[in-house]
Amino acid sequence: MPEPRWIAPDDVTVVQRGPEPGGVRGAYRTFGETLRGLKTTFARVVEGPVTMEYPEQKTPVYPRFRGRHKLHRFEDSGLEKCVGCSLCVAACPAECIRVVAAENTPEHQISAGERYAAVYEINMTRCIFCGYCEIACPFDAITMGNDYELADYSRSDLIFTKEMLLADPLERTPLRREGE
Amino acid sequence: MSGTENTLIQIVKAIVIFAVILQIVPFILYAERKLLGRFQSRLGPNRVGPRGLLQPVADVLKLVSKEQSVPVTAVPWMMALAPLISIVTAVATLAIIPFGAPGAWGGDFGLYGIDVPIGLLYFFAFGSLAFYGLMLGGWSSGSKFSFLGAMRAAAQLISYEVAIGLSLLGVAMTAGSMSLVDIVQDQSEMWFIVPQFVGFLIFMVAGFAESARPPFDLPEADAEIVSGYNTEYGGMRFGSFFMAEYIEVVIISGIATACFLGGWRGPGPEALGPLWVLAKMSLFVFLFIWIRATLPRLRYDQLMSFGWKILLPLATLNVIVTAVLVVVI
Repeated sequence: MPEPRWIAPDDVTVVQRGPEPGGVRGAYRTFGETLRGLKTTFARVVEGPVTMEYPEQKTPVYPRFRGRHKLHRFEDSGLEKCVGCSLCVAACPAECIRVVAAENTPEHQISAGERYAAVYEINMTRCIFCGYCEIACPFDAITMGNDYELADYSRSDLIFTKEMLLADPLERTPLRREGE
Repeated sequence: MSGTENTLIQIVKAIVIFAVILQIVPFILYAERKLLGRFQSRLGPNRVGPRGLLQPVADVLKLVSKEQSVPVTAVPWMMALAPLISIVTAVATLAIIPFGAPGAWGGDFGLYGIDVPIGLLYFFAFGSLAFYGLMLGGWSSGSKFSFLGAMRAAAQLISYEVAIGLSLLGVAMTAGSMSLVDIVQDQSEMWFIVPQFVGFLIFMVAGFAESARPPFDLPEADAEIVSGYNTEYGGMRFGSFFMAEYIEVVIISGIATACFLGGWRGPGPEALGPLWVLAKMSLFVFLFIWIRATLPRLRYDQLMSFGWKILLPLATLNVIVTAVLVVVI
């Protein structure tokens, strides 16, 4: 082994080079590394697969997951919480919400306030699921749900009307349990 | 033994071996995909049939229903001949793999296709011929990628055929015969994997190269040369190449079983021999798949220098040491 030409001072990082490839030592090293690799892959067999078989098993979501929107009613009176104030429209950065408000009348009481949303549409092709509508809403009338399976065959089917948003979602997404 | 067998028995044996091995191939295919999945923390195919068991059937049906396309620049008759060579040589080699002791199932017939006195030479000969399939196929396709794959196949054959020959020469010298049946008979006291351990390692490495399996799948390296020699092939012609490759895996496993792991020897009566052979062969098949899941493909120069600088000297040394030991003891 040749003498080092100079001793590296403390402020110099000595680069550690890997061993030269090739030769008998290289072959020996390769053999050892191969065994290590075989151990690594076999450990995966012991661990078992981590696959989620998606259409049958769904990945559970966290409670704060922002999925498909939901509109809410008061549980006791059944009146809609939305009063058609259009604050969500103002907050929406993607401009995907359309609200047309109308006056409540005593015979035709839809919501708890003076006005209600005659039209409430969310264009899901534009929505970016930022959740600003949820934050903007003063009555918690709109919240983000858990569902993420929103694919459809045509764009017009992806414009969610008030009836669709008020109804309970058909496909429920599992919620992640504590500590999962 | 073969002299005492009548023609009928030989024909029946040929059909049985052919049928059994061709039934094993889909299972290896399934096992490979399933195990590769497990090695990669996946499930593997599980949609077609229970636990995905019908996946090979679906694969084959797909291949059969595909159109054969021949490029304008190709030599059509040669291109049609190449997969034929591959599969015929692969199936022909199967004949010499011994599955049981002569007369193990009663009668005076042996559980193997033929017991040629030059069994190992027969294996080398057909192993070399098999590469003509790859080479002709790649060259006659008239595509640059196929051509590159064919050239790689040729280079790989020449480099590793020598090593595989020398590695089995040690076995042949220890047993004093080239017949695979005699070699298995000679392992009554000790399997040859013990005295010929170096030869075993060399045979396995060279066997991987011989069957063009990862990490030695340079002739069909899909990342570099699309699919190598079979780039231009489709349908059942590709299927033949594919099947030949898997039969090659069976052959290497079978030869390794016969030469190093004592062939049909194992606990229980001699009639169980074929089961032992199949069990030992599946060990090797598992190793083939395990290695495939683990090692990345070699670079071309690494392949060459490994074959010529490491394997060949090691194999030669093994032969010389074995020769000295055989003479001394």
